[in-house]
Amino acid sequence: MPVLKEKRPLEHKLSPVAAHDSRNLKLGDGSQVAVIGGGPAGSFFSYFLLDMAASIGMDVHVDIYEPQDFSRYGPAGCNHCGGIISESLVQILATEGINIPPTVVQRGIDSYVLHMDVGSVKIETPLRENRIAAIHRGAGPLGTKEAEWSSFDRFLQQLSQDMGAQIIKDYVDSISFDDGRPVVETRQGLSKKYDLVVGSVGLNTSGAKLFEALGTGYESPMSTKTFICEFHLGHDIVQKYFGNSMHVLLLNIPRLKFAALIPKGSHVTLCLLGEKIDKKFVPDFLNSPYVRACFPPDLDLSQGYCCQCFPEIYVERSTKPFADRVVLVGDCAVSRLYKDGIGAAYTTGKAAASTAVLEGISSEDFKRHYWPACKDINNDNTFGKVIFAITRQIQKRRSAKRGVLRMVSKEQSKEKNSKRMSVVLWDTFTGSAPYRDIFLRTLHPSFLSNFIWGTVIETWPFHKR
Amino acid sequence: MGKSALGTLYNDGDAIVSEGEPGDSMYVIQSGTVVLHRHKEGKEVFLAELGERDFFGEMTIFEREARSATVRAKGEVHVLTVDKKTLLSRIQKDPSLAFRLLEKMSSRIRKMDAHLTRIKGSDRRNWDTRPETFDGFGS
Ligand SMILES: Cc1cc2nc3c(=O)[nH]c(=O)nc-3n(C[C@H](O)[C@H](O)[C@H](O)COP(=O)(O)OP(=O)(O)OC[C@H]3O[C@@H](n4cnc5c(N)ncnc54)[C@H](O)[C@@H]3O)c2cc1C
Repeated sequence: MPVLKEKRPLEHKLSPVAAHDSRNLKLGDGSQVAVIGGGPAGSFFSYFLLDMAASIGMDVHVDIYEPQDFSRYGPAGCNHCGGIISESLVQILATEGINIPPTVVQRGIDSYVLHMDVGSVKIETPLRENRIAAIHRGAGPLGTKEAEWSSFDRFLQQLSQDMGAQIIKDYVDSISFDDGRPVVETRQGLSKKYDLVVGSVGLNTSGAKLFEALGTGYESPMSTKTFICEFHLGHDIVQKYFGNSMHVLLLNIPRLKFAALIPKGSHVTLCLLGEKIDKKFVPDFLNSPYVRACFPPDLDLSQGYCCQCFPEIYVERSTKPFADRVVLVGDCAVSRLYKDGIGAAYTTGKAAASTAVLEGISSEDFKRHYWPACKDINNDNTFGKVIFAITRQIQKRRSAKRGVLRMVSKEQSKEKNSKRMSVVLWDTFTGSAPYRDIFLRTLHPSFLSNFIWGTVIETWPFHKR
Repeated sequence: MGKSALGTLYNDGDAIVSEGEPGDSMYVIQSGTVVLHRHKEGKEVFLAELGERDFFGEMTIFEREARSATVRAKGEVHVLTVDKKTLLSRIQKDPSLAFRLLEKMSSRIRKMDAHLTRIKGSDRRNWDTRPETFDGFGS
């Protein structure tokens, strides 16, 4: 016999905080803030919150909960990523007074090589300046014997610690509300009540579920599996085969969107992005002659990598990443499509921090002052989806690929030639510009006519290549 | 430990920007030291010395004037170029970014004020060749 459930008053159906007066929720002297996750988003949030609070004379305490030790080698100390810090983020951080130290930058990237099954072409930055940083998120891949370089995530964590944040090396396994205030509980049995709780848990743990369980309407973003592995080749071979160029492979392999080879100090990182990238897909990709051609001929690629992972990458934004006294930042809120996720962690982390310090910490405050920054990234991703759909079509058509190659080769052959296709490709694959700007540039009549002309010529049967 | 700096490497004495040149970028020093000079009556007058994390050239971001000073590397320097367009479009979305530039510029004005006050109280004729400096020029 079905059990009749007792009817609860409406108040219980609302989120636990909604029952409290959410007007005038502000941080003040002595406020306690919990940041769950000490990756880039958590560190940027903490850094800017403490910086802004100090500049208006407010004394706030920040605890960052992060179980990972970024000075460990291998996946245990790493937040799994290609390790490219985009040109725009490098410039903006420098303007903020944050220079990425030379002990963290394993290589300054000044160009990239586009490989297609119809040929390869090198695209240089207009300034020929090392403005893209290639880094490792942790201390280094598995098999690293002695740390040659420092971890990027550790560097950011140190910045927030220098501002006064406290790192608690523990995994948060429960968040609840007590009298309208968030209470954080950890695996090691810690329990503490806060004025504000910040979710910066990324996509690779069940951390986002803790926030979904709060019942505030938050739903985590859609993501897809990718593959990353590291080849240890030694500094000289990396220099000889890859130089300071990121290598992008646009190959007509089913399910593959694109692949990138990123040279670091003595390693090269391979990232595969596509649909349902799994263990079976990887050897097929590595056996492609175009991939093999990038590496020393005697290297057995399928045995040659020392560290691998299948991390999730952001695809579609979350729902309502804020509530009274709660805000989510970085990957678990919104990120840029396939690119510059660390840039998005900076943008969302800073926007949430300035809202919390200068406006307030109610759902309404975050909606009015933080959510527009998320929407901006999300709207831009719509253009990104169109660009990747067009790229996929080009990938499938030899004549179109030849058209691209022809246009880029011509542009790169002379300094003074206009660089429309080169700039579009550069910005698409390095994450240096908003997708909207890139898309609008492709609508330029001169871009379109050159591309169409190049493609038509390539289909002409008597054309000499 | 390995090292790999961002930006462009300049060697001792290299001019990074030259007085009178048009400009559409600002520069942030990644490592090393630069020296700012201005030409006066055929001579290079020393203005200031800047170091790591300092920036110069920010005046051309906000005005359309030519560079107001020559900046030279003192020893090996790594300097990162920040594009005007990247910076302005970012400031439009996040005005607080301009705050750091303002902070730096206002501290320069303060130093310049102190310097001028000192000059007024002493021999004004020698002011431009005095060894004491202020970094009042964003070149
Ligand atoms: C294949 C691939 C390549 C990429 N390449 C690039 C690139 O080249 N450049 C770029 O800018 N971006 C890249 N990205 C995206 C980038 O990795 C992310 O956007 C970025 O890491 C997001 O930062 P975050 O702080 O939001 O999350 P994360 O970096 O995932 O950090 C989340 C942190 O939260 C901690 N955490 C989780 N749950 C809990 C809990 N319950 N308690 C305590 N702590 C917790 C985790 O330990 C982790 O440290 C790539 C992503 C993928 C998948």
